[in-house]
Amino acid sequence: MARGLLTGVLRGVAVVLGVVTLTFFLLHLAPGDPVERLLGPAAEAEQIDAARKTLGLDQTLPRQFGQWIARAARGDFGTSIAHGRPAASLLGEAWPATALLVLLSIVLSWTLGIAIGALQANTRRTALDGLVSAVTVALNAMPGYWLGMVLVMLFTYQLGWLPAFGAAGVDAEFLSATGRLTDRLRHLALPLLTLTLIGLGGTARYSRAAMRELRGAPFLLAARGRGLAESRVVVRHQLPNALVPIVTLLGLSLPALFSGAVFVEAIFAWPGVGQVLVQAVQARDYPVVMAAATISAILVVAGNLLAEFLVTMVDPRIRHAAG
Amino acid sequence: MPRVSRFDLRHDLRSRIGILLLGIIILLALFAPLVTTIGPDVQRDVVETRFLAPLSSDVHQVFHPLGTDRLGRDVWARLVHGARVSLLVGVLGMAVSLVIGIAIGAAAATGSKVATPLLLGVTDFGLGIPRVVLLLLLASLWPPSATLVVVVLGLTGWMPVARLVYAETRAQLARPFVEAVAALGAGKLRILVRHALPNGMAPVLALATLGVGNAITLEAGLSFLGLGVQPPAASWGTMIASGRDTVVNAPWVGLAPGIALVLVVIGCTLIADAVRDA
Repeated sequence: MARGLLTGVLRGVAVVLGVVTLTFFLLHLAPGDPVERLLGPAAEAEQIDAARKTLGLDQTLPRQFGQWIARAARGDFGTSIAHGRPAASLLGEAWPATALLVLLSIVLSWTLGIAIGALQANTRRTALDGLVSAVTVALNAMPGYWLGMVLVMLFTYQLGWLPAFGAAGVDAEFLSATGRLTDRLRHLALPLLTLTLIGLGGTARYSRAAMRELRGAPFLLAARGRGLAESRVVVRHQLPNALVPIVTLLGLSLPALFSGAVFVEAIFAWPGVGQVLVQAVQARDYPVVMAAATISAILVVAGNLLAEFLVTMVDPRIRHAAG
Repeated sequence: MPRVSRFDLRHDLRSRIGILLLGIIILLALFAPLVTTIGPDVQRDVVETRFLAPLSSDVHQVFHPLGTDRLGRDVWARLVHGARVSLLVGVLGMAVSLVIGIAIGAAAATGSKVATPLLLGVTDFGLGIPRVVLLLLLASLWPPSATLVVVVLGLTGWMPVARLVYAETRAQLARPFVEAVAALGAGKLRILVRHALPNGMAPVLALATLGVGNAITLEAGLSFLGLGVQPPAASWGTMIASGRDTVVNAPWVGLAPGIALVLVVIGCTLIADAVRDA
């Protein structure tokens, strides 16, 4: 167990280092210059050169990379070229919004998805199963940014129930504590619904397949033979045995979830890491892109490790074999 | 040579629906000029013809089945012409992934003690990176174009293919028939190309079909962010992006390409499910 965790962590560190290296060189080789954007079209050549020197962009790439690694190892991600503020604090302000959105949507889509899959796998009503399957296939097929747009169309413009973008209303400062909370929740609703619905389709499909494979298994027959209630057979016997493939697949889908979050944040102007990343890539704001890439790589790797750990938790056979 | 499964997709309801869906959309894309009343980029007196609702005719007596966008361009014409771009980019992107993935997966399955862990390491590394980060970075390296999107999709999508090909080829190579064809004098390469790879293709095909849907979605996503196909050329992504700006007064502009996209991905998913279970 400890050994497995150690190799997992080492592999994770290698992935993060690889992502960081790749990002650094791709980003700096890309056309477009942050300094020219910063100084505007009226800037003279000498001014641009001077600014490049101040920012350390006049040195060779490997050298810049070495300096970046050395500083990042000490937790210093440099200063945003576009905003003139530390990249770390830009992201520090953004990450709680992303974490809130992503974590809540994981919890909702996993519990709902597994429940729907379990019901589908065990229902005798094939028409119901087919109908739900059609819905989950369709949800799975929808791009997040488009679903987000449709939900905005429906809930904001047609029904007028929910705000379309941002994390809080402009008047949030003047509201009472409960008013502010309601305001936050109303702003959270549409991005959360979008991410959850998208995740739900895939999760329900995985769970249905995994639960269905076990349908005729002898140990379920034995449990029924002992007179256990059907709900108990499903929840205590079928579900735990189906969890291993489900959790593994869900762990593997974390990077995709992060990608989805980037698009959903762009649609809803949700002030999270994804939005910071997209804006920084467009502005060639090197320090911010590097910091965001590092942090998202660490989060994804940590998520995968967590999924691996969860797999050993839900399956005693793996737990004992590894321990 | 053993024929393990020549899967017959005609008897599976899912694949029938999927093939029907994709077939209709591909035919519409192929015959785009025949099924439209007006070109996809034609814009005339914009103020008179913009934001016409679906099923209406403009002042020039041109019928617009899906209405017009903010420049008075026909949404249906842009949809079927855009289908050409979106489908082609998706299929070609997946084809590039497939070629790279099969090559690396097969090489890893038959490689030496050094080559195999190296190839698998590179694959796992690629799998660990959020695809969108790679896409954003690669797509911003060169001026945006449809070709760039194909290359970028291909370069970021081969890892799951390689993983699957590796596993399938390893499993096939361990089967008795491999020993038999080796005894008949078949060389390593012949065994791999003629026997092991074809026999392990079914799940790879299922993955590839899913991948096409995925690639089309990502193409739309890149074009949506302005990094893919460039306006005024129509692709579903650029259409969704322009529909986003007019979501209040002309929701059909963004709805139509999104529904088309969802239908294509559903078609791919259904066929992939049927191939996997066959």
